[in-house]
This record gives sequence, C-alpha cells and structure tokens, in this order.
Amino acid sequence: MAQDIIKLTAKDFKSDQEIRWCPGCGDHAVLNSIQKAMADLEIPKEKIAVISGIGCSSRFPYYMSTYGFHTIHGRASAIASGVKVANPDLSVWQITGDGDAMAIGGNHFIHVIRRNVDLNLILFNNEIYGLTKGQYSPTSQFGAVTKTSPFGTVEYPFQPGELVIGAQGKFFARTIDMNVKLSVDIFIEAAKHKGTSVVEVLQNCVIYNDGAHAALSDKEEKDNRTIVLKHGEPMVFGKDRDKGIALEGLKLKVVSLTDGKYTEKDLLVHDAYEPNPGVHLMLANMKYPEYPVALGVIRKVDTPTYDESVTKQIKTVQKSAKHKNMNDVLYSGNTWTIE
Amino acid sequence: MSKKANIVEKEQVVIRFSGDSGDGMQLTGMQFSNTSALFGNDVSTFPDYPAEIRAPQGTVGGVSGFQLHFGSSEINTPGDYADVLVAMNPAALKANIEWVKKGGTIIVNIDAFTDKNIARAGYDSDPIQENKRDYNFIEAPISELTKECLANLELDQKSVMRTRNMFALGMVYWLFDRPLTYTEKFFETKFHKVPLVVEANKRVLHAGYNFAETIEALPINYKVSPAKIQPGTFRNISGNTATAWGLIAAAEKAGLELFCGSYPITPATEILQELAARKDMGVKTFQAEDEIAGICTAIGAAFAGDLACTTTSGPGLALKTEASGLAVMTELPLVIVNVQRGGPSTGLPTKTEQSDLMQALHGRSGEAPLVVIAASTPSNCFDYAFQAAKIALEHMTPVILLTDGFLANGTEPWRLPRMENLPVIKVPLANPNDTNYLPYLRDKETHVRKWAIPGTPGLEHRIGGLEKMDVTGTVSYVPKNHQVMTNHRENKINKVADFIPELEIIGDPDAKLLVIGWGGTYGHIYSAVKEIRKEKKKIAFVHFNYMWPLPKNTTTLLSKYKNILVCELNLGQLADHLKVNVHGFDCEKFNKLQGQPFTVEELKEKFNQLLGEK
Repeated sequence: MAQDIIKLTAKDFKSDQEIRWCPGCGDHAVLNSIQKAMADLEIPKEKIAVISGIGCSSRFPYYMSTYGFHTIHGRASAIASGVKVANPDLSVWQITGDGDAMAIGGNHFIHVIRRNVDLNLILFNNEIYGLTKGQYSPTSQFGAVTKTSPFGTVEYPFQPGELVIGAQGKFFARTIDMNVKLSVDIFIEAAKHKGTSVVEVLQNCVIYNDGAHAALSDKEEKDNRTIVLKHGEPMVFGKDRDKGIALEGLKLKVVSLTDGKYTEKDLLVHDAYEPNPGVHLMLANMKYPEYPVALGVIRKVDTPTYDESVTKQIKTVQKSAKHKNMNDVLYSGNTWTIE
Repeated sequence: MSKKANIVEKEQVVIRFSGDSGDGMQLTGMQFSNTSALFGNDVSTFPDYPAEIRAPQGTVGGVSGFQLHFGSSEINTPGDYADVLVAMNPAALKANIEWVKKGGTIIVNIDAFTDKNIARAGYDSDPIQENKRDYNFIEAPISELTKECLANLELDQKSVMRTRNMFALGMVYWLFDRPLTYTEKFFETKFHKVPLVVEANKRVLHAGYNFAETIEALPINYKVSPAKIQPGTFRNISGNTATAWGLIAAAEKAGLELFCGSYPITPATEILQELAARKDMGVKTFQAEDEIAGICTAIGAAFAGDLACTTTSGPGLALKTEASGLAVMTELPLVIVNVQRGGPSTGLPTKTEQSDLMQALHGRSGEAPLVVIAASTPSNCFDYAFQAAKIALEHMTPVILLTDGFLANGTEPWRLPRMENLPVIKVPLANPNDTNYLPYLRDKETHVRKWAIPGTPGLEHRIGGLEKMDVTGTVSYVPKNHQVMTNHRENKINKVADFIPELEIIGDPDAKLLVIGWGGTYGHIYSAVKEIRKEKKKIAFVHFNYMWPLPKNTTTLLSKYKNILVCELNLGQLADHLKVNVHGFDCEKFNKLQGQPFTVEELKEKFNQLLGEK
C-alpha cells in the first residue's frame, strides 16, 4: 500500500493539539527528539502506542499522532505492559517522570523492568514535581529546598540507573534534553533493543528547578563534566579528550592522559553487552564533580522478553493441546449424560 | 449384597466430612458428591476450611469441613444440618456437632479420641459419652484398621495415615449403597505412576466399606433414589471455575483473545489459576505485582484490543478503585470480578459475605457509573461471567461481576451448554476504512462509542483520564462539555437496562409477603420459599442478578407489595439501594454477618414470623 512506501518525517508524528508545556521547558526538545527517532525507525504510525502516567511529561501522548493513552499517576508501566502483551506487534513507548515512575509508581517500575517487557521507557528526570508546582521528588538532591521542604529535604535521592540495574534491568541509557542528536541516537537504540529499555533524560524544569542539570549542559564545560559512552571504545572524555576512566582496584578513577602516567591503553573499554552489571552500575552512579556523568547507552544485554515468552508458551501448549475450542473444554473430563 | 435391615427411603440427605486441614476431607467430600452425581442425584456442596493452610493439628481452628447435600429431588443448597457427620478427631466433632440433626449419625475415628486430643479440642470430658443420648455414634477404629489393612504393603507410616480418609469414605459409601468404582478410577488415573498408592487407597476404601457392612452398627440405612433431572450432559462445577470458563467462552464468542491481569487473593485465586491453565484456549494471564497493576494491565489490554478482565476480592477491589474510574472515563470494555468475602479489611478471607455491593456500585471518585451484576449459583457464574463480558464489550464499559466465597467454592452439577447456543456478542469495532474516526462519537440509541484497536492504520487516536471533548475526544475543560459528557456516561449505563431481563416473581404473585434476595443467597431463599409453599402458605420471591442498572420493571413490580423482606448477608445494602432508586420503597430487613450462608431453617422462621405464624 502507498502509505507503507512514503517515508514519514518527524512532522508526521505531530498531532494537531496545541503544546501546553511552559516555554523553555526541556520537554519540547525531548518531544522533537522522539519524533525524529520515530521517523528514522520507519515504524508505521499505527504500530506505535505511547502510554503515559501523570505529570508534565505525561501530556506527551496528546502531542503525538500515533495511538496514545494518558493514564493515571504511577500506573503507566502496568498499563503499557498490558498493551504490549495484548498486542505484541505494537512498538510501545512509556513516557514518565521521576515522581510518576519512582514515587507513586515505584512498584510497577521495578516489576516491568524485572519482567523485561519489550517497551521503551522514557524517564524525564527534572528532580522536582512540576505539575503540582514545585515539591521535591524521589530524585531531588539531599537538602533541596522546595515548597514541601522549605528547610531542605532530609532524604536521599534515588539514582534511576542504580534502581534499574537493581531490578535486573537489561537496558539503561542516559541523555540530556538539550542534546537532540545524542537523544535521537539513544531513542533509536532503545527502540531497537528487545526488552525494557529505560532512558533517563536529564530534563530541565525551567520554572521550579531551573538549572538542575546546568553544570552538565554548560556549553563551555559540558565535555569536561560528562562522558558519552560508546560500546567498544575506550572511556576518553574532556574538551581536549585529555581525560579518561580507569579501573583502580574495585573503583573507577578519573585519570589524566597528559601527565604521562596513563595512556588510552590503560582506560576501560566500554562493554555495554556485558551481562555482569558491576561496571555498568559504577558508570551509572558516577556523579559530577567527582566523576563525569555518563551519557549514552550504559547497559544493553539481550534476554528473552516477557511478551515473547507469553506468546511462545501459548503456541507451544496449543500445538499439543487436546482441546481446540471451548466446547471441547466444557465436555472434557468427568461428565455424565442423563437421557 | 446389602445386609441392611432397616432401609429408609430419603428424598435428601446432608453429609459433612470433617477433620484436620491435612486430613483430605475436601477430596473425600468431592469423591462422594461426584459418585452421587454420576448415580443420578442432584447435589450441592460447600467446603468450609480455615484460612491457615495447616493450622495446629487437633485444634478447633484447624478443622476443615466439606458438606454435601444430595437427593432425589431438586437440591438448591448444601443443606443446613447434617444427617451424617464424619469426625476424624475430637476437634472436628467439637467444631461441627452443632450442625448435626438431633438423632443424626456421627462416625468418629475412635483412635483419635485420646485424652490428650480430647483436651486439645477444648473438651473437659469424653464428648461421645456426653452426647450419646442425642446422636447415634459409630465408633470406628479407623487409624488402627487402616494400618492393619496396609501392614504388608511397603508404605511409610505417613503415607499409610494419609489413606485414613478413604476408610471413612468407604463406610459412608456402604451406608448409602454407592458404588466404589468412581473413586477407584479416580485413584487409578491420578496416581497411575505410583501403583502402590493406588493399591493402598483402594484397599482402605474397601476395608471401610466392608467394616460398615460387618459391624451392622448402623441402625438406619438410607436409600436415596436418582433425581428426575432434565436430560443433558452434566459435570460438577465450582463457581470459580464456572467464572473462568464463562470469560473464556465470551472471548471465543466475541472472536477476541482473553487477557486476565490479576493478583492472588482468597477466595478469588482459583479463577486466575484456572485461566493460567487454559493456555490451550489462548488465554493470556498476567500475575501482577499488586491489585492495582492487575487492573491496570487489564485496562492496557482492553485499549490494545483484548477482552480484558481482572479478578479479586473486597480489599482488592478497594485497591482497584482509581483504575476502575479510568476505565469508566475512557469507556473501555473491562470485566472486574469481585468474589466477596467477610470484611472490612482482611476480615474473614475464607468466609462468605455480600458486603461489597455499595463498594461496587459507588466506590469510585467522581460520577462514575458502571454496570454491576451478580451470579446466584455456582454454575450460573458461567452465565453471568459471559453476560458481564457481553455487556462490557457491547456497551464499552467496565462491568463488576459480584460472586462470593460460597458460590466460588461451592459445587453443583451443571447441565452443559453448547457454545453455538450461547448469545452472539457484537463488538462495536470502529470501521477500519473510516477516514475520520472520532473516538467519542456515540451510537444514537445506546450512547456507545466505537472501539479502534491500535495497529489499525488510519484510526490513530488518544484517550486518557482527563475530561474530553464530546465527539472528538480531545482534552477539554469547557464547563458545559463536562456536563454533557457526565450525562453521556450516565445515560449509556442506564440504557443497558434495555438489554437485560426483567424481574420475575417466583412463588405466588398474589401473596401478601414478598421476599427479596440477590446474588449467592438464591439457593437458600428459594429452598425456604419452596418449603413454605409446601405448607400451603402463600409467599412471593424476587431475586436480583442485575444490580445496576436495575431491571426495568423493578418499580412496577415492587410497588405491588406492602410487606417486603430483603434478605442479605450484610447490614442491608440492597435494601438501601432500592430505597434510593425505587420510589416509595420500604421494607423489613433480614441480615446475617457470620461468614456463613443463611440456613433454610432461619429463613423459614423469619418468613413464618412475618406471615403471622410462629
């Protein structure tokens, strides 16, 4: 059919709805990146379902021209799981935030990852509750002063990557809203990966937590404060590519490539496909200023997905099943006839 | 073959098997009821077991019972009081003796009546001696004789003791002149890989049968002839299995795949288990991380085009509250099965009650009407589960199906339907060629919107929990639109009344007294009404299966009666529901909250009191 041949562009994924995010919100950039990624992926629009929970980012489905479902707070992982299992041909995208996924939806978040349902979970992390106007979230930094913590929080934040790996996550990547090119590449990799692909997007809330990730997006310094990991490449970073990550004992260490002590050969080579999550966990947990913050695909391990196992099991049972329809079941086993 | 001297023909008999929860009383009871059903009797059963899997042995708290009622006439309940009680130990006697008819027969495993066990059960002195005047005790050395009869088999002590229940069953088989063949075949099939176990059980079964014959200790022997039953093919079925099968049947009839998202909870778990076992029928089950995920995965599956259901019990329904509102708002088809149990909170997990009616009708935020229906016998759980799915699909709405612990675990023979005779289910799918699909454009008559399944090219659309614009479904905060949409949602549910059967009077339409029931109390109320009418007194009975919307003739029919009694296993929730929805409705209430069904006896007493006779 004609529509299969016509190549879609990012514009084709935009809906006719007016976008109501604040001007300057990081969500705009993420929306553009996802629409670009979808165009590149060449998945027909009707095969895409975008499922969200509640929060600023969760308005996302309304701005897409695909199938979409704006659900209830925290439950998007569960609803998206149901969509995928019921209709495994769909490319399912879950849009969620730090509060939606890790506070009210924490239970569903860890379990969808544990099951490895094949969906792309885009986690907008702005370290604040935006829609309710500025309360601290499970990823707000210790001591953050917000409307519900006027004297600073006294709780420790989640590191999304640590939680994902703890829940036996097989795919974890991190990007930053401003970096559209990196985001598009990561979303494409996430979509291609079979299983739950979690992408943490460091996203700026311009109103309630402006500059939360400013250190990492600073034009002059970002290359010194982040490292974009690429599978198979040594972990070099820095504006002048003069620093690297090495393993010293059981810890990661930032080393200089200019003081003569270390060369590229001494650096860790990124292996995203390594099933053992030890190094991935250390990479995911690197925090500025002690370390550069890791961006890119940190972990990508292939494992059978939940939905394909469900389908496979049904097919296997049906192949050798005695009963082919409900009449067979009704009249099976212990029955008796009265004439 | 029988040496029975004094044979009494009985129309119906109630037997209760009781022992420790590990004594196999459920199995023993099922064997007797299946044998009797095959013999041609009508049968109704009800297990009564503790919430603990293995409560301390020999204590009253650990007693597991199984009651069955069989007869040569129509049987509608598992019976109030037992003609025969089997008590495997003193605790079982203590827990059940009040449920035995005066003069009834009690078979006890006398070997278990040691001083220690008697004390453990909380008796001060030998209960057999104490009760001898009122009951006919048969003291059988069941443990001893079981051991003896298996002495030359190479079986360990534990396995030997496990066959004791078959000795008791053998005795009861002799008492009612039943063949042993069904049970023998059962063991041959179930344990075909362990011939020793088959041999042991068969031997003990025969030993029990022969023991009963030899001792001739049974002064009265009963004969229960086959019942006159409508021809057909039958099977015994429990409410939970029937519910699961009704849902699968509806999916097949609608041409959809069935998805069940659920979290295990007593007494609803068997529905999920049965569905999980039915991969041959293509059923997808998702054991979720909690009750909320149970319903949410089902809502996702409904959005994606499956016939979706979630199964639970009272506390679980409470957890599903918010998500059920989402299903109302998005107008997706969804079946929510609530197998009611004693509440509130954890309450009485293994016991029955009808106290979730108000929760089902109103337990959501906002104006959130949905359809509520209730099954009334173990086997018609199939019909109402099918009906729940049919209404959910055809009217694009969540439907709550209420059953209860009594229906869920009770069994009865079921005259099997054929799939081709079940009603057609017309799924309101959007036209795939529609070039301008509007998700909230409604059918003029039914107010039902069309269902567009993701994956269909050209029908891409967005839905969600926010209020949406009439017809287009885009997000809308327009004040008048919210009124319009609220009205649409209400009218859509009210319209379902055009598609459900009207109420019918059972008994005497011109009676002075009208008795009303709903859901799982049907069998007991019906039996009591039948018995009252046998006594040449006039009484009318109406039973509700459709709780919301109410059947169309509800007001006309109820307004004909001045004296109305509403019987419920709660504090009067249907009575209140009718007071709100039926103009001028007033009634007396008969309520019971003991975790047990009504007894026919107590219902009759109440009816007679209102009929002006003691």
